[in-house]
Amino acid sequence: MTSPAPLLDVSGLTVSYGAVEAVRGIDLTVAKGEIVTLLGANGAGKSSTLNALVGLAPRRARRLAFSGQDIAHLPTEMIVRGGMTLVPEGRRIFPTLTVAEHLLLGGAKHAGRGPLAETRAEMLALFPILNERLDQKAGSLSGGEQQMLSIARALMSSPDILLLDEPSLGLAPQIVDRIFALVSDLRSRGLTILLVEQNVALALEIADRGYVLVNGRIEISGSAADLMASAEIRDAYLGA
Amino acid sequence: MDIFLQQLLNALSLGGTYALLALGLAVVFSIIGLINFAHGELMTTAGYVMAFALAAALPFPLAIILAVAAPVLLAVVMERVAFRPVRGASGTTLLLTSFAVSAILRVLFQNFISARPVPVPMPAALSGVINIGPLHLGIIQSISIATTALMLAGLTLFLNRTVAGRAMRAAAEDFAIVRLMGLRANGVVATAFAISGLLAGVAGLLWVAQRGSVDPLMGFLPVLKAFIAAIIGGLGSLTGAVAGGFLLGFIEVMLQAWLPEAWLPYRDAVAIMLVIAVLLFRPQGLLARKTVLKL
Repeated sequence: MTSPAPLLDVSGLTVSYGAVEAVRGIDLTVAKGEIVTLLGANGAGKSSTLNALVGLAPRRARRLAFSGQDIAHLPTEMIVRGGMTLVPEGRRIFPTLTVAEHLLLGGAKHAGRGPLAETRAEMLALFPILNERLDQKAGSLSGGEQQMLSIARALMSSPDILLLDEPSLGLAPQIVDRIFALVSDLRSRGLTILLVEQNVALALEIADRGYVLVNGRIEISGSAADLMASAEIRDAYLGA
Repeated sequence: MDIFLQQLLNALSLGGTYALLALGLAVVFSIIGLINFAHGELMTTAGYVMAFALAAALPFPLAIILAVAAPVLLAVVMERVAFRPVRGASGTTLLLTSFAVSAILRVLFQNFISARPVPVPMPAALSGVINIGPLHLGIIQSISIATTALMLAGLTLFLNRTVAGRAMRAAAEDFAIVRLMGLRANGVVATAFAISGLLAGVAGLLWVAQRGSVDPLMGFLPVLKAFIAAIIGGLGSLTGAVAGGFLLGFIEVMLQAWLPEAWLPYRDAVAIMLVIAVLLFRPQGLLARKTVLKL
């Protein structure tokens, strides 16, 4: 492959909480415009990897580069301002803040009202339901609406790459389908996506490539089609 | 009835000061999980600056501005020097750190100013009484009630209308995620401390105006009361802190007015018993909410 330097270039990433090593020296890359998925069982280190990439989990790495810049020692807020953000597991919306306030805070990095209003209008076009709920407290939204708000809040920072942690968690199947359609749509608009997802079949359907984490190490990696065809994956995750 | 109304005014005035102090504690606690026992020394600082500014014959308005600005500055410095290095540590570590800061400041006050009370010569015009029908309302008391109302309104506007204020409300719910918005964690925390310093400074001035003097231990008792008020209200809830402050002021004033004379020495004990009774029925406080503390 003679692709240009990847947007996200990680090698030897280790995440440890005290004596517990959740991620043990993994290598991964994400090229611009790709959807890459990170698969694995509960506790394999998927969420820890995403949190570490944005500086919310304690991390060590041989190389941790985003857009060619070393981000190993940047605090979360600077990484987000630089164009990488995370939609956290469990949505983590602020229950007592309104939908409008979430969008305002999400867009905090935009200087001036013009770009902020523009991004906000884009989000409301993308998620019309949020437009109807602008003054409602986020805690009163349904699970699907909260997930959309969480994604919209992250997109308000106009990222180059979006890390998505279990967007389907606890949602009804038809809502999950809408969210995955949206993720594909976002990619076609040029957004790069690193997706962690329990629903392996769904993830491989929209992803270009995938990595499988087992006990904090990457055991298998390859194109989505290869992973889908792999006997190991089918036995372990697809239940076919 | 008139006596009750009179006591109600007294309760509003005392409760308002407790409310401001409790709010200052709650603003910081809601964001970084620290109960800042050095809050009392912020109050005392306002008193000393007022005393020295008036002794230096500075104009009264300027003295007030300096007396409120000093604890704001001190609160921000305190955070930077003492609390930032231990941010995210256990609650016990944070608590002990705040005890240490409090003790250091008190010793500094004793050794470099005086262990004895320093008079704060408030203008004579403030010592008058307004008579509204049968009610006697001290001028300082009415200023105290009005200032409390103004501070609460101002803080409400700040928290609901500005980006910094909304970021603080968000941080009280989930600090890590606020950082994911690209908002600087240090800025949010520093803002919280500045606000707590402002509230302590205003409360300190109101306290000093009623007592006419300031000493190194001045802040200790009111902040202990404010801590109790914050717990009644539900630690970490801002509305709860205000409600708890007013409730504690009300309980104290009413006990003072209606307890039999032989019981008066035990007023605080009775007040605390009532507080315990409240907590027996609502152990989480009056207006508690779940606090997520993750960094």
